[in-house]
Amino acid sequence: MTRYSPAILLLMISVLAMSVATSCSHKTESAALPKATAFGAAIVESSGGKQVAQTGGLLPQPVVVQINDEQGTAVAGALVEFAAAEGVTFDPANGLTDSSGQVTTNVSLGGMAGRYPLTAFTFDKSHKKVELKLDEIALGYQQTLGRQINDQYCERCHNPESTAQRVSNYDNLDVKPHPFTEGDTLNKMSDADLTAIITHGGPALNKSALMPAWGNTLSKADIQALISYIRAIADPPSRSAGPVFVYANNSKN
Amino acid sequence: MKEKLTSLWKTLFADSVRAFGVVSVIFLASLAIAPAKNFFSEWRHYQHGYLKMVRNRSDANTLQRHFQGGIQQVWLPELSVVDRCNSCHVGLKEASLADVPTQPYRTHPVIPHKLDQFGCTVCHRGQGAATTVAEAHSSTLAWEQPILPAKYIESSCGQCHRGSLPGTPQLNQGRTLLAREGCLHCHTVKLPDGRTLKATDDPPSLSHIADKTTREWIFAWLKDPQVYTSTATMPNFKLSDDDTRDISAFLIANSTPLAGDTATLSAKASSDPAAGPSLYGESFCASCHAVQNAAGNMVGGDVGPELTKVGSKVKPEWLQAWLRNPRAYDPETGMPHYRFNDSQVATLAGFLLAKSDSDLLAKVSLQPATPEQIAHGKRLVTDYGCASCHEIAGIKKPENFAPNLSQIGSKPVTQLVFLPGMQHSLPDYIATKIKQPRAFGQGLKMPQYTFTPAQIDSLTTALLSLNDRSHTLPPALAVPGTPESDYQPAGKAGKLMTDLACFSCHRINRHGGDMAPDLTWEGSSVQREWLVQFFKNPGTLRPSLIRRMPRFNLTDGEVNELTDYIMTVYQNPAVDRDSMPLSGYSQGEVELGRQLFYGKYSCQGCHIVDTKTDKGYIGPTLTHVGSRLTAAWIYQWMKNPQSLRTGTAEPNRAMSDEDARALTAFLISQKGGSKEVANK
Repeated sequence: MTRYSPAILLLMISVLAMSVATSCSHKTESAALPKATAFGAAIVESSGGKQVAQTGGLLPQPVVVQINDEQGTAVAGALVEFAAAEGVTFDPANGLTDSSGQVTTNVSLGGMAGRYPLTAFTFDKSHKKVELKLDEIALGYQQTLGRQINDQYCERCHNPESTAQRVSNYDNLDVKPHPFTEGDTLNKMSDADLTAIITHGGPALNKSALMPAWGNTLSKADIQALISYIRAIADPPSRSAGPVFVYANNSKN
Repeated sequence: MKEKLTSLWKTLFADSVRAFGVVSVIFLASLAIAPAKNFFSEWRHYQHGYLKMVRNRSDANTLQRHFQGGIQQVWLPELSVVDRCNSCHVGLKEASLADVPTQPYRTHPVIPHKLDQFGCTVCHRGQGAATTVAEAHSSTLAWEQPILPAKYIESSCGQCHRGSLPGTPQLNQGRTLLAREGCLHCHTVKLPDGRTLKATDDPPSLSHIADKTTREWIFAWLKDPQVYTSTATMPNFKLSDDDTRDISAFLIANSTPLAGDTATLSAKASSDPAAGPSLYGESFCASCHAVQNAAGNMVGGDVGPELTKVGSKVKPEWLQAWLRNPRAYDPETGMPHYRFNDSQVATLAGFLLAKSDSDLLAKVSLQPATPEQIAHGKRLVTDYGCASCHEIAGIKKPENFAPNLSQIGSKPVTQLVFLPGMQHSLPDYIATKIKQPRAFGQGLKMPQYTFTPAQIDSLTTALLSLNDRSHTLPPALAVPGTPESDYQPAGKAGKLMTDLACFSCHRINRHGGDMAPDLTWEGSSVQREWLVQFFKNPGTLRPSLIRRMPRFNLTDGEVNELTDYIMTVYQNPAVDRDSMPLSGYSQGEVELGRQLFYGKYSCQGCHIVDTKTDKGYIGPTLTHVGSRLTAAWIYQWMKNPQSLRTGTAEPNRAMSDEDARALTAFLISQKGGSKEVANK
């Protein structure tokens, strides 16, 4: 019996090697890239960074990056590729820059809540990789609920930006509220502090009475959800913002 | 070879003792297969991995104590759930593992349900009983149910929750789109509770279309509605030029004239070029209608159709008749009957007719229609099911025109046809079908819509929630929504409210729009005299709002009729309007109220009482609140605003009776005259 086992082993190894080989060749086949007609020197963000979406969901706005040459002029026809952690999809995943030097892609984030750094990269004339990193945020159920509560009750004062549908009240307040993205301040406050302020109002922590008490309007679960949302969107990121899903670069370049 | 085998046989089975030994060894080896398979199983591998990962964490002891080896399972007979997912997903309940980015070890994100009560597959689909990664997650020949991609996970909430939930924006949007974008005119969706989903849009009747517009416009519209307006609900049927010609011929030939539409008005349009825009602005047409501005941005609401190119569409006589009384042409319209006088109608019509696009119909040239073309057009209108959405004289609304979607979310993959290169899964099928319906074969009738990728995801989510499980759930688990009521106000005032289309913007008794305040308790809330004045000259209570109540040019009789009805009928049983006086509060109480307003409760953050000092922009301006609201309403509002208006942003401050009374006294003293306030 022992005499045959090396043969069987050999057979198994060869089958394994073949399957690996076929799967590898399959991969390169699907990643047929368009041929770059020009090369840039730098890659910059036009729009689409620091967006918030639900887990697995599309970013509200597409990601647009631009390729510039040494003088900072847009380059048309340069190849841009996008990469991110498993589960993130780009539509399209690569493309040549248009006449204004830009490539636009729609991005769906992965299925788990947390931060997703996206990489957009191109190669310059000397085939050196030039990279741009963008951070996007995926919200889980609780954080999505928190966002809804933020939209309904908090944002009018806490978000200084006005939109056509929502005029911000931020500038009208004598004591300015903290925008929820203000990680520098909010990350230093514990969950218990935030809960106290939301539940009992500003005076609970010797802050302004302009911040009313929400403890009779929002449930405990609502307030927890709101805090989870505030933690998720903090910039710089809060420690409890959830994991960062980085791109595991397993290709050869 | 043969000799070798013979000698092998001889050495192994030469004598009975040796033979017994050999057979025993083979027997033992075969007995070991099952334990070996078990030992090398995937779940055991993941459990080992988990313990290895946990070992180096600071909370290793707790995690190790919680760990239970072997196959784990959640068994819920009433849901027919046997889920062994937690055999590999070991850390689902460990809150401290929220920072672990790798599966299968991450903790489950916070949801309002317990894993032990709902299992995994109720929400995530997949094969619960399987214990290998491939069998549990993917669809194979033997198993039909792949894991639901995360982007559609909210569809699972919709299996039980029939109404909208604050935490499921995508599902909510999908359901809204399903009702608003015309899907339900052709597709039937019956919910597990027996209700049939109703469309919320109201496609116009085409029975008198020739009064309203020209054959050329119909042609251009049918060819591609998006050319006329990018906000069109009407999809593109991808018709050939000949078919479009014949359908437009039929619709015009089939149309019968309405008396009022062809009469011309004697009044001339105003010569004042500013009169049109200012009447358009004053009437707050932009609350419902959008117009594209020079920069290409849409300005205005989306309740009524976009008006950027309306001058290229409507006939001048029809527009005048419509502005005079829209309900004469379409009794079901959401457009209010404004009671414009003749010169106002002429001014507004002139202003709107100037909004035209000469390119729109430039290339359309149609010969007079032949009887054959008209007959062919009629056949096409029947074939494409136009009458599913539009009322067309002489053509019956077809029944079951398109597939029933009541359980589309469980359609077996084996019954689906996929496009080449497509992923073979139900969500992908649904999404692609919505995106490019005609790609799935020749002769398909479903038209091309112009949904954004996010809208397609939302619609797919809503459709996936319509599945077998939602029909087989124990009824106790179903969480009903609050469906729209069919409330209609009665009597003369009711007729008037229909005529003014109050329900296009306002909501009363769970019926109507959400653009303007809910009026269910309006009779308890406001003072009669204020309401009368408001009807005659509606001001705004919220400086930051663009959408406002228009002036309807009502007669005194009509104003009284409406006011009486509202004051009598829309009463909240918890608020006795006459229980608190509108004046006569002591100076002390008013002053205490003022201190509470500016101090303890800091109401000036959101409201304005004194325009000189206060800047709050969120709530209504309160400078005149003493002449607007009743004291009893203010008091109850202070005590519990959400009990009067669900979801209002005003926080419930759990005020003491004394505080509420003092604030009521302070607010009721705000009658608008600045001197009066200053004197106090």
